Formats: sequence, structure tokens, C-alpha cells
Amino acid sequence: MNNQTKQTDVHDVLKDREYKYGFVTEVETDTLPKGLSEDVVRAISQKRNEPDFMLEFRLKAYQQWLKMTPPAWPHLKYPPIDFQDISYYSAPKKKEKLESMDDVAPEIRETFEKLGIPLSEQKRLANVAVDAVFDSVSVATTFKKKLAEVGVIFCSISDALHDHPELIKKYLGSVVPVGDNFYAALNSAVFTDGSFVYIPPNTKCPMELSTYFRINTEGSGQFERTLIICDKNSQVSYLEGCTAPTFDTNQLHAAIVELVAHEHADIKYSTVQNWYAGDPETGKGGIYNFVTKRGKCEGDHSKISWTQIETGSAITWKYPSCILKGDYSVGEFYSVALTNGIQQADTGTKMIHIGKNTRSSVISKGISADRSSNAYRGLVKVLKSAKNARNYTQCDSMLVGDKCSAHTFPYIEGANHTAQLEHEASTSKISEEQLFYFQQRGISKEDAISTIINGFCKDVFQQLPMEFAVEATRLLTLKLENSVG
Amino acid sequence: MLEIKDLRAGYEGVEILKGISLSVKKGEVHSIMGPNGSGKSTLSKIIVGHPLYEVMGGSVQYEGQDLLELEPEDRAQNGIFLAYQYPVEIPGVNNAEFLRMAYNAKLKKEGKEEVDPLDFEEILSEKMKILSMDKKYRERSVNDGFSGGEKKKNEILQMAILQPKLTILDEIDSGLDIDALKVVANGINKLKTPDKAMIVITHFPRLLEYIQPDYVHVLSAGKIITSGDKNLAHELEAKGYDYLLAKA
Repeated sequence: MNNQTKQTDVHDVLKDREYKYGFVTEVETDTLPKGLSEDVVRAISQKRNEPDFMLEFRLKAYQQWLKMTPPAWPHLKYPPIDFQDISYYSAPKKKEKLESMDDVAPEIRETFEKLGIPLSEQKRLANVAVDAVFDSVSVATTFKKKLAEVGVIFCSISDALHDHPELIKKYLGSVVPVGDNFYAALNSAVFTDGSFVYIPPNTKCPMELSTYFRINTEGSGQFERTLIICDKNSQVSYLEGCTAPTFDTNQLHAAIVELVAHEHADIKYSTVQNWYAGDPETGKGGIYNFVTKRGKCEGDHSKISWTQIETGSAITWKYPSCILKGDYSVGEFYSVALTNGIQQADTGTKMIHIGKNTRSSVISKGISADRSSNAYRGLVKVLKSAKNARNYTQCDSMLVGDKCSAHTFPYIEGANHTAQLEHEASTSKISEEQLFYFQQRGISKEDAISTIINGFCKDVFQQLPMEFAVEATRLLTLKLENSVG
Repeated sequence: MLEIKDLRAGYEGVEILKGISLSVKKGEVHSIMGPNGSGKSTLSKIIVGHPLYEVMGGSVQYEGQDLLELEPEDRAQNGIFLAYQYPVEIPGVNNAEFLRMAYNAKLKKEGKEEVDPLDFEEILSEKMKILSMDKKYRERSVNDGFSGGEKKKNEILQMAILQPKLTILDEIDSGLDIDALKVVANGINKLKTPDKAMIVITHFPRLLEYIQPDYVHVLSAGKIITSGDKNLAHELEAKGYDYLLAKA
């Protein structure tokens, strides 16, 4: 046996098992024709019956977007996207007013049950409140009443626009300005819905909050946004999950997530991203995931922690970031990005130190298999005002096979001599000898690979909320399991 | 138990073993000795099914079935264990968890219920005591940053946990000082039972003072040139390989 055939063995083991969320739900939708113009922006705002300030927000974003071009700096290759070939509004038709969860269209309820997210009153996930977003529209939010008892607002952005316009007006776009980048401007102009969370002062949110995003309609972009505000001395843990059907055309997903943490507030935001990755040979049909996620540690001693498990999408472009404005504020970023087939990921974080004694830590684990490309891009910026700022960055890559690639682009900006910045990086490979060692002890190659991968990602998995850590381990194993198994 | 007939095998198309026959029965300890490059390690790799080694002829029967047909993990689950000359490091994988996975794979094969981490803890503690291994090695990554002696002890610990029917010790003495060698050999001897067999591969006759073989085979250029009892090892110690090779 020569080395070449040996390599193929590993690939066989790593062959993506069939994407099991690839089904499409037949549901009546209200979809705008393809194309983007000022009229389309106005139509979206009108359909959602929005207050005037929201339309102005959108139009301002649209005007800025017109002057912008897609970023060319990422380590990604894909054909130019025709932004006029996308429908910017698709919503499942629904009854005027949902009286209870049982009013949600049965097809949609079934879709979420199939995905393991039961919405019906009886079967809800214990201690996790879910906002279910179907093609950019929030279709159901569970545990609303129970949360309201402690003053926590958890609802769709649309509902928040009508019920709490002052909060939306104050915070929407306060962390990611409408003209922040090409995709953020696009989202700000056309976003349809998303989740809104407000935690009042001195409140520990009594349960995990979560949004489950589902793309369903072919040819429609998904543009949702999430806004989470955590007031003084409060705490919240939030989880986001994503899946999409298997289509032949690539789907654009351009979301925005904004987090605001006031004094002594603590926000933990976790993502398990499992969008359709596209055909493993051609990449056809995968999701283009261009997402802007940013949190602002507004108050002193506040903390924002991002954890992401990125396993899907044909292209991942996202940099969950922290603006550490408050003194003694803390920013964290824990990431596992797995690429397989011909997936490409350019992901990382930005830590902007403004306040005194601010701290940030970054732990990034990139796993590349088959012919995929995986890049970590991270910026640590220390402003003059950020006395005694500290950052620790650890960036580990694991290669599986010899056709994949891993890249690290760390950027450090800062003129502050009191800052302490540490950066560690490593690259490793799963070797044949390691796999055989497992086999010689009676453990199959598949189990060996998932054990090594899980060991590699341990530091990040530990950061996930308990309920989802097991799920993440399982997802990664499935992604790398041989379909024959 | 193990019946090797006229085995020819090699690596990257080059024939290294040029017709080996060997019969190992329950309760026996066989020692394979020979100079560097004689094919000792190749023989062990073929028995455990290492994918880089290639069988070019002959047969290997194990407990009445064709061993060469079996996947490496099936051979292991059927009770074949190789104690590595150079144990592999697996960063990030917890040693105790690795041992439990291996133990459970064996239990599953035997149709028994798998053990949870708590129950396994007891089994592990007991075995580690025999080898006077520090508890800290449970929590560390498999062989990662272990010293040579610690790695070898960890191999014997796995052997103690898995209770293999046929153990191949590949140069288990290499890189060990005399004290560590005594601990390792002592551990191995405690695991010897009348229903188990061992193949002890070594370059130096010294090891055989601690692990007494029933048979000694001398391998040279891919062939067994002479076989005998433990006195052959003594003869080797006194006169060296050259003498034997000349005699053959």
C-alpha cells in the first residue's frame, strides 16, 4: 500500500455524511419579486407596518449600500453575487394575530419538530425559550409569559418595533452602524425580522434564550437581525442554531447581531451553525454566510462572550467582535470552525480595547479536511485610553489530509505600552500512526477521528451551555463520520 | 493459538520477511531476537495489521481463523495486543478516557455492558497501583509529554486493562533504565496466566532475565535461523549474534 491510497482512506472516513436537514417545507409564502431598489425597501417596511423612523433607517442604509462594494480582502473564492437575482422578502403567510403557539401553521410547526425544536406548548424544550425564525420571519416565541414575569422581553424584532419602539430606536444600529460594511448595509436596508431581547437591571435571565434560524424558500436571501440588551447587573445566555434545505443554487445569508452590555452585565452568545454546505464535490447550493456580529461592553465591568461552532455554509465570513468601552470590561471569543469538501471559512474576531484594564481572550480552533480552506483572521486593537489592557490569543489549526489548507492572519494595532498581548499558534495533523494506535486498541477509525477532534476542541466546547455542549460534540462527529460507519 | 506459515511480508514493495513459520500455544512465552533490520518489528506489524505493511505470501491463523482477513480493530478486540516500541502521542485525548474507550470496545465485542467513567475509575486505579504509576497520568493526554519510561508503563497499563490473549512486546526494554525495566517486567509477569501467550521481541538478551521465555528464536535477514530454549539467550549473551550467524 502506498501513501496515496492511505490518504484516500482518511478522506473516506471524513466524507460528509448526508446533510439530514436538507428537506423543503411546502408552505404558502408572501415573496417579493427578485431585485433590490428603493421601492423594494419601502415595500418591505410597508409590509411590516413599520413606524417612520424604521423606514428612514432602511433608506439611509440603502443609500450607503449603493456606494459600497463587497469586501475583497477575505481569503475566499466565489463568483460575484448578483444582488438583483435575489428576493429580499419571503415570509410564510400567517393569521393576523397568533393567539397561542398552536396557531402556528402546522407545516412550520412540523418543520421545527423535525429539526428537534418543538414549538407546541406541551413539548417545549425544558428551560430553553425559543424564537423560531423561518425565512427571516419570527414565527413563534416560546415561554414569553414566563419571561415577562421577571421583566425579560423576548420577542421578534417586528413585535418589539410596535411594543417597545423606544428601545429599538435607541439601540438598533448603535453597535453596527448602518454603513458599517457592505453586508451590514444591505441587511440594514432589507432585514425582515429577527429576535429581540431586553434584560432589565438586576436580573439573571431565568432560562436559556435561543433563536433557531431556518432558511426554506429557494432564491430568497435571509436577512435577519438580533438585538440583545442586557441592563445593569444582569445576565443572559443566548444560543443560535441554523439549518437550511438542500438547493442547487447558493443562498445568501447576511445577518446582523448586536449586543449591548451595561455596567456589570454579562452576555454569553453561542452559535451552532449548520447551514447547508453545498455539494461536497462542487459546492453547489451551499449557503453564503456573510454575517456581522458585534457586542459593545458599554458599562464598566461588563462582559461579552462569543462561542461559535461553525460547521456548515459553503462560505463563512464572520468576525464576532467586542468593543470594550467600559473600564474592566471583558471580551471573549471561543471558536471551532470545521471545513470539509470545498467549504471555505474566513472567520475570527476583533477585540477593540478602549476602557482601562480591559481584558480579552481568543481561542480559535480550525479544522480543515478534504480540499477545504480555513482561515483565522483576528484583530486586537488597543487604544491609548486602554491602560493595562490585556489580550491572550490562541489559534490552533488541525489539518486532515494534504489537500486542505489553514491560514492565520493576526493583526495587532495599538500604541499603548502598558498593554500585554500574547499570541500562541499551532498547526497539527491527524497522523495515520495515531489512528492506527486507536485501532490496535480495538477502537474504530471513525471513533478515533472524532475523539481526536473533540479533544482538540475541548477548550471551546467547555464554553457552551450544558444543553448544547453534547449537541455540538454530536454534530461535529456526524460531520466527520463515514456514511458507511 | 497463533500459527504462522511461510510468511513473506514487507514494506513499500520490499520483501523483509522471507518465509517465517512460528507456532505459539496458550501459556507460552516466545522470544524473537535478532540484530537491527532483521525483520522483528515487521513481524509484529503484520500480526496487528498495520496498513503500511504488506503480506506477500504465506498464512497466519489465530484461534482457528484467518487473521489476515480481519481489520486491525477486530484483531485487537479478539485479544491481540501490541506494546509499542515507540508509543504514539495523542495530544488532547484524555488517557483515562482513551483506556475506557478501548476497554468498552472489548466489552462490547464480548456482548457485555459498557462501563461508565466512575466504574472504570476503580478498575484503572487498581491496575495503576500494580505498575506504581502516579494518578496524574490518568488526567494527561495519551503519552503526550510522557518520558520514555512513563510511555512504556502506559503500554503495560493498557495491557493490564485489556487482558489480551496474545501480547506482543516490541522492544519494551528500549530506553528504560534498570529500575524502570524491573517495574515493567514485574508488571508483565503479573499478567501472565496459563491461557495467555506472549511474543517478546528484543535486541538485548538482558530483558529475558526478567521475562523468562519458553522458546527463543533468532531472526536474521527475514528468516528464523535458529530456535531453542532460554539457554539460547544465554549463549547469545556470551557470544553475540555474529557467532550465531556464522554458525548458521
